[in-house]
Amino acid sequence: MTDPKTISPLDLDTPDETYLDANELVINMGPQHPATHGVLRVILRLDGEKVLGLECVIGYLHRGVEKIAENRTYTMFNPYVDRMDYVAAVSNGLGYCEAVEKLLSVEAPPRAQYIRVILTELNRIASHQLWLGTHALDIGAITPLFYTFRDREEILKIFEKYCGARLTTHAFRIGGLQYEAYDGFEKDVKNFLSFFKPKIDEYEELLTTNRIWLERTKGVGVISGKDCIALGVTGPVLRASGVKWDIRKALPYANYKNFDFEIPTGENGDTYDRYIVRMIEMRQSVRIIEQAVQGIPEGPIMAKVPKVMKPPVGEIYHSIEAPKGELGYFIVSDGSTQPYRVRVRPPSFVNLQALDLMCRDQLVADVIAVIGTLDIVLGEVDR
Amino acid sequence: MHAIIDYIQSYLGSDQTPGAAGNWFWATVYVLLVFVGLSVAVIAMNWLERKILAHMQVRLGPMRVGPHGLLQPIADALKLLLKEDIIPDGADKVVFWVAPFIVVLAAFTVFVVVPFGPTHAITDMNIGILFMLGVSSLSVLGIVTAGWASNSHYPLIGALRSSAQMVSYEVAMGLAVVSAILMTSLHGMGFYGVGGLGTADTGTLSMIGIVQAQQEQQMWFVFKFFPLGLVAFFIFAVAMVAETNRAPFDLPEAESELTAGFHTEYSGFRWSLFFLAEYSAMIAVSSIAVTLWLGGWLRPFPNALQGATWDFIFSLFPGVTFLFLGALCFFNTARMPKHPLFRIQTLGLAGFGALLALIGLVLLVHGVRERVGDIFWFSAKVAGFMYLYIWYRGTFPRYRFDQLMTVGWKVLLPTGLGVLVLTAVWGVF
Repeated sequence: MTDPKTISPLDLDTPDETYLDANELVINMGPQHPATHGVLRVILRLDGEKVLGLECVIGYLHRGVEKIAENRTYTMFNPYVDRMDYVAAVSNGLGYCEAVEKLLSVEAPPRAQYIRVILTELNRIASHQLWLGTHALDIGAITPLFYTFRDREEILKIFEKYCGARLTTHAFRIGGLQYEAYDGFEKDVKNFLSFFKPKIDEYEELLTTNRIWLERTKGVGVISGKDCIALGVTGPVLRASGVKWDIRKALPYANYKNFDFEIPTGENGDTYDRYIVRMIEMRQSVRIIEQAVQGIPEGPIMAKVPKVMKPPVGEIYHSIEAPKGELGYFIVSDGSTQPYRVRVRPPSFVNLQALDLMCRDQLVADVIAVIGTLDIVLGEVDR
Repeated sequence: MHAIIDYIQSYLGSDQTPGAAGNWFWATVYVLLVFVGLSVAVIAMNWLERKILAHMQVRLGPMRVGPHGLLQPIADALKLLLKEDIIPDGADKVVFWVAPFIVVLAAFTVFVVVPFGPTHAITDMNIGILFMLGVSSLSVLGIVTAGWASNSHYPLIGALRSSAQMVSYEVAMGLAVVSAILMTSLHGMGFYGVGGLGTADTGTLSMIGIVQAQQEQQMWFVFKFFPLGLVAFFIFAVAMVAETNRAPFDLPEAESELTAGFHTEYSGFRWSLFFLAEYSAMIAVSSIAVTLWLGGWLRPFPNALQGATWDFIFSLFPGVTFLFLGALCFFNTARMPKHPLFRIQTLGLAGFGALLALIGLVLLVHGVRERVGDIFWFSAKVAGFMYLYIWYRGTFPRYRFDQLMTVGWKVLLPTGLGVLVLTAVWGVF
């Protein structure tokens, strides 16, 4: 008899008596499943309700984004990145634009930087709101979803007013911004902040001290900081495990070093800590936006960038702190108008690797909670 | 012919339920009335749940079919009836076919003994409450067979969860019920069934008898032996939510984990049977709670606000409630958009309001208002529980399976035992 933990759940034809053991149930969760946040397929091996092991099958949303990049110019590829993490499209755009800017050795003017920070942080709030709503929904609380969607709408309205799109915004251009902030942009943002601050308390009121919520999240999906680092897990998941690593502070990009904000960390690395970390992150984002919107300087919004971009031969890796973790772009230029290779390091894809480790010996219901707490977006996992 | 009319008339004026009086005609009429009333209640509950939940969640709920979506449940029912009837390939066809009927049968049969008034029950059994608990727990059979016959993993897990859950919560539920039954025989003088002053000294299991005991003792059991009755009531109130598989104990059909649990593979009419059963089971357990602890058909404050004047005031409640609902409809009619497209909807709402107001007026008529009080108060109390169900669903996350078992076995069961022992002791001293 082989050790059941070593058999791949995928290998259903294994002529092994452990598989025929009536105690074990192989269950296929997804790709069409309400709680896998898209088209993630998880093959679970269960002993009753206990998870013996699981395997993620991905690729159902693969669109070959990285390959597409090789056939597009640098500018043309910009809107494609929005389609990866579609709930945080602005962050994706920021990462790509900054990477190409680094390659071209240009820098966006200060005014553009400020507006970029405001929009990115708004997007971080929107992404966390969507995470909170769906995560709570997975755990069975249906009401927070509607609250967060109601408030997320206000952010999307600002995006829509700014660039015409709500989700896949294509807000930034390489070298700065295409659009000047519309009249009343600052007022809208300020209004949103004063509207949103009490709303965070409202979310917390529903969940933070809710007995059932505590029971469902405390001690569930625990991962240590060491394991996080070993697996390359980043973002709120890493911070909730007690590792103070935020690229906004560690390797400041855009003009984050001008702003005063804190990095929340957790202690236990469980689902509850991740929830708390993200809630505090929303408050910190509000803080950043408050500072940024006070100090938007006057000036141009676009740096001098050639119409036909031909970056010098070379390669660059640039990463930003997306709402879900470290979002990195590795771009190789061969000196032509099209990148030779674009490799994206998506936070969701890397974080998803921790799922098996976090779910072992937990119950089926916890798998759902852990998928929710990892905050994955399948568009980004599969690209 | 005369014999038939005599037979029908012979029951009128009886102070027994038609079943107990042995009158087949009226028993059949009552069965039909209960069945129709229950179906209407389920339809209304469907609409109300969607509307109330929607308003808790900053949305509007159904608004298109009929004014304020009033016809939505009917449209849904039609849709379900017209849907293709799918039986999965690997399913055990006979069992698959039978399962929903078992569930529905169990859910409807319990209403045989539900007392809507001193004579308004299909029958009065001397073991009424036992019958109710016994029959309602039969539904677990239907759920297990449904899950097993589907030949699919999610339904199987859902069914297993469901059976474990229902069986373990029935224990706590039973203990709470027993402590309420003990109260029927206790009058504070001391002994069980051994003489005493005035009140019934032998306890009763009859649903009607339990309410009458509360009437005689001038106390709803929820307040009796404070706080014992209250604790027992709370145990029951928690266990009944688990028993009916509703949030926050809706694990068997935890949609985010098991898509739809035991009825994942069901569709169309069969699915609607499960739906019907779930809601009628909710109404059934709420009726048990109302009967045992909240005085059944008795109006509120039966001992504090006594006298003919108060009786008169309370007898106006049913009519006034319907008039209020009618007024609400008229108020919303005035708020409807004035666009010609909304004309039919506006008229429909006004018509519905007029119907409700008419019912309200009829219920105010002397001779009617004295007779509907029982049914009204019973239904109002049950409706309160239904609102609680919706409220729970809007606010609570879902328990995990092991936590659910912990709550059932480690919290509710010991508490229930304690309450039972204390109740018995309290009665003696």
